[in-house]
Amino acid sequence: MMTTRLVDRAMRCLLLAAALSAIAIVFLIGLFTLREAWPAIQQVGVWPLLSGTEWRPGQGEFGLLPMIAGSVLVTLGSLVLGVPVALGCAVFLAEVAPHAVRSVMRPCVELLAGIPSVIYGLFGLVVIVPMVRQIPVTGNSGFGLLAASIVLAVMMLPTVTNIAEDAIRAVPREYKEGSLALGTTHWQTIVGVVVPAARSGIVAAIVLGAGRALGETMAMIMVIGNSVIVPTPLDGNPATLFLSQARTLTGNVAVEINYATGLHQSALFATGVVLFALIMIVSTLAHMLMGREAEER
Amino acid sequence: MMSRFSRLGHAIASAHRLMRWGACLAFLCGALLLSACEPWWLPASGAPGLVNEPGGHISVAGSTTVQPLAEKLAEAFRAAHPEAQVEIDVMGGGSSVGVTSAGQRSVDVGMSSRELKEGERAQYPDLRAVTIALDGIAVVVHPSTRVANLTTAQLRGVFAGQVADWQTLGGAAGSVFPVSREEGSGTRSAFEDMVMGKERITGRAIFMPSNGSIRTTVGHTPGAIGYLSFGYVDETVRAVAADGVAPTEANAASGAYPVVRPLILLTNGQPPPRVQAWLDFILGADGQRLVAGEGYIPISR
Repeated sequence: MMTTRLVDRAMRCLLLAAALSAIAIVFLIGLFTLREAWPAIQQVGVWPLLSGTEWRPGQGEFGLLPMIAGSVLVTLGSLVLGVPVALGCAVFLAEVAPHAVRSVMRPCVELLAGIPSVIYGLFGLVVIVPMVRQIPVTGNSGFGLLAASIVLAVMMLPTVTNIAEDAIRAVPREYKEGSLALGTTHWQTIVGVVVPAARSGIVAAIVLGAGRALGETMAMIMVIGNSVIVPTPLDGNPATLFLSQARTLTGNVAVEINYATGLHQSALFATGVVLFALIMIVSTLAHMLMGREAEER
Repeated sequence: MMSRFSRLGHAIASAHRLMRWGACLAFLCGALLLSACEPWWLPASGAPGLVNEPGGHISVAGSTTVQPLAEKLAEAFRAAHPEAQVEIDVMGGGSSVGVTSAGQRSVDVGMSSRELKEGERAQYPDLRAVTIALDGIAVVVHPSTRVANLTTAQLRGVFAGQVADWQTLGGAAGSVFPVSREEGSGTRSAFEDMVMGKERITGRAIFMPSNGSIRTTVGHTPGAIGYLSFGYVDETVRAVAADGVAPTEANAASGAYPVVRPLILLTNGQPPPRVQAWLDFILGADGQRLVAGEGYIPISR
């Protein structure tokens, strides 16, 4: 009797230790990053760091605004391009596809998640960038936000599709049956009942996709051009904003960390802190949205 | 009414809760302390070899341009002198890291692909620089670009972002896309010293983090122009002449080609015999033959 209870307590402790390790790692990474970033934050100042438009470590200028703008714009672009496709895929897999088709398609989509990001970068560099370069706007090198958004949209497809599909499948059958019993078509049911009911899961999927996009490094430095400018439209048409080259926060760290010393290195850690903050904002937003869902229900 | 046993049970439960919180706190504190302390339980790195005995260890760190060359030279030295039994470890980190590491004696030899700066000379007055090779920096363009020669002034204008179209440079109409290395790169600082002068490389350029990725980008992007180390030029890109001088090794060795930088090995003070033996090998005929084989320019004695 005592042994089983002892084993029970021991297992609880072990599981607690495992959970604590995870929390401790996140905590320690955050603390380490902040500690390394502290010299830059002190010397440059939080506001100049966040709002400065010039990033020239050789001249002691450390402004992160171009990179923040680059990260935010490329994430938005990839969401605009990727979420409709991913949701359509999810709805198709959950509601429309016959079982045979689904059993082939789902592993294919999951395979996309297994492809290393450097392969996506290579694909983007050799296929997507020349395609974007065909757009006849002066100053369009092919590298830039559009190519990066396309690559990111493909990369976030499996994440968003899988979670959204699970959310749609989790909608109780009674909702669908009730709607169909009232005489609606399948499509009307999907649009009017199933998808709204799966809202919180779909929002979670989108936020996870956004998080993936914010954190992507390797593919980005190969297709986005890494220019240290705040993205601006190439000519009068504001849509050409997405043809502008840019640099992401992640790319900033990856491209320069090899040679950086002293204050420059510290400023790169500060970039990491900003990235942390952005991802936390996105996560908090997600929690708020989902919390409101739970309350409404 | 609480019986004696349930009171005991409650006491045990709250003790457990306290213990759990205590354990959590202790765990976190322990982890924090461990991260802050020096890892005394790890063996000391860079065990120094005894000076006059065979065996020993040379640690080398610094420029990634020099790194592959240093690795080849280390291999060749080990093959040529197996009796010396020297272990040579080559690490990267960049020219700046090479200088500070050698200055602080955290490595035996530092590698740099640029001259020492004034501030570095002042900070580490005992640093000795040995030039083991010369590296030319070639300006390359996409193979479809017809322009074959650019003056230093034109290059300055292009990389400062002041030239928008190839027509101003004598080529067919098309946008100019400068491609550069990132800040902190030895290749970039050499290019800035020798070509850009006071002008800064424009923030609008495409930045890539290595010689290889510059070559790939320029080779795939019509209208692109970039710079990379001589050893990286191949048929996928076209090298242009600078000020009328073709970027060949002969021109670089003779000094006619303007954009050449020294590859330097740095030691703090007189190097120990095992390091000196390696340096002598590098500056000798075998070492310089290897230098030439790797695409760099051997220095003439």
